[in-house]
Amino acid sequence: MAQQNCLVTNDWICGEYLRTRSQELIDATLQHVGITLASVAIGLAISLPLALLARRWRFLAGPILGVTTVLYTVPSLAMFSLLLPFFGLSVSLVVTGLVLYSLTVLVRNILAGLQAVPDEARDAAKGMGYGPLRLLWEVELPLALPALLAGVRITTVSTVALTTVGAIVDYGGLGTLILDGLDTTFKAQVLTASVLCVLLAIVADVLLLGLQRWLTPWTRVHRIRTSRADREAAVAKVAEPA
Amino acid sequence: MNEITGAYDWLTTGANWQGEKGVWHRLAEHLYFSGVTLAVACVIALPLALYLGHIGKGGALAVNISNIGRAVPTLALLILLTLTPLGEHGDAPTLIALVLFAVPPLLTNAYLGMREVDRAVVEAARGMGMSGGQLFARVELPLAYPLIMTGVRSAGVQVVATATLAAMAGEGGLGRIITAGFNLQNTPQVVAGALLVALLALLVEGVLVLVGRLFDPRRGTRASGEAAR
Repeated sequence: MAQQNCLVTNDWICGEYLRTRSQELIDATLQHVGITLASVAIGLAISLPLALLARRWRFLAGPILGVTTVLYTVPSLAMFSLLLPFFGLSVSLVVTGLVLYSLTVLVRNILAGLQAVPDEARDAAKGMGYGPLRLLWEVELPLALPALLAGVRITTVSTVALTTVGAIVDYGGLGTLILDGLDTTFKAQVLTASVLCVLLAIVADVLLLGLQRWLTPWTRVHRIRTSRADREAAVAKVAEPA
Repeated sequence: MNEITGAYDWLTTGANWQGEKGVWHRLAEHLYFSGVTLAVACVIALPLALYLGHIGKGGALAVNISNIGRAVPTLALLILLTLTPLGEHGDAPTLIALVLFAVPPLLTNAYLGMREVDRAVVEAARGMGMSGGQLFARVELPLAYPLIMTGVRSAGVQVVATATLAAMAGEGGLGRIITAGFNLQNTPQVVAGALLVALLALLVEGVLVLVGRLFDPRRGTRASGEAAR
């Protein structure tokens, strides 16, 4: 009996809520995953050419990195609001905002990865008659992959968290449930959606870590000296937007 | 773009700047939240990170805290705190959430700054007979300073950004102009508020960069070093 009343007594943890509203939770989670996937994919599609441009023409590197960094400084609520005149209350507004945020980390990491490719590897490939495209695709990108994927992991985790702010225009995935829960002081809904959101970020991070290990088996051989924590922290130096 | 000219009109209407809901009052709330929490977060995070960096332990802590910070949605935490009994104490949920989100960049950067000091320099200083305290104050801290300030800057900008979200949980600050605009379906006001918030964030970033340069312990030496070359 007590369990059935948890909706009435407004408990934080409520099994009855999970049972009766599971469809709502699934829909919100799917929307959340969809928005995150679209944002990271588009972000990646834009930042790769940007990183290549910045590498090819030195004078472009400053402006590209500068502009993406300034975008990172804009608070998320303001970012979404500034895009409102262009997109209206739509899911494209949220995705566009998230894409803009993703560029900073992605461009930086891809550029760093490409710049870290040893000249010997490049020269050897050129000596073997590789053209620029084949060199990029078969030598440089694979070698830049660890840095690129590290950027994708950071971006994905913060995008999952930032998507919640899309609740302001009703496209925040689980964030929409969280914000509605505030209006109705529905504790179970707020806690459940928040926990799901964090779980989603963790699951995405673990999956991407697996992908990284699978795609770059050679990085595991050279794991020497530098403590793993210190190296990962070096990647984490950029703070996340709120 | 009617909304853009509308936003300009909104910003140039004197009445929108006066009173409880006016820009000046919201700005004061925003700066109060941000200032208090950045100071508290620095007092909590910096001594800890500098000590851990000095003794060379706690790297995993610094990393994990910053990773967790990235995964927890600010909005969710703010709203959760607002619904707890803390929510009855006015600003408490906002202040706590802001401090929690300011600590990770401070901790990670200060720790890393200390660890990235050239080991050879540290050994040389030890060889000259410096004690742990002297080594910390005269060698490690000045060399780690740029990264520590990067952390303070990230934390500062993040606090200003998070203070905007407090409006969604019903607290004050400049974000209230945006959320109020949404509630009134007044897009010009939404855009005007967003412009103010974005400008403030950029301004805070700029000011913190300047403050960082001004207090750089190696400002003199760096300049003379350049001249010598």
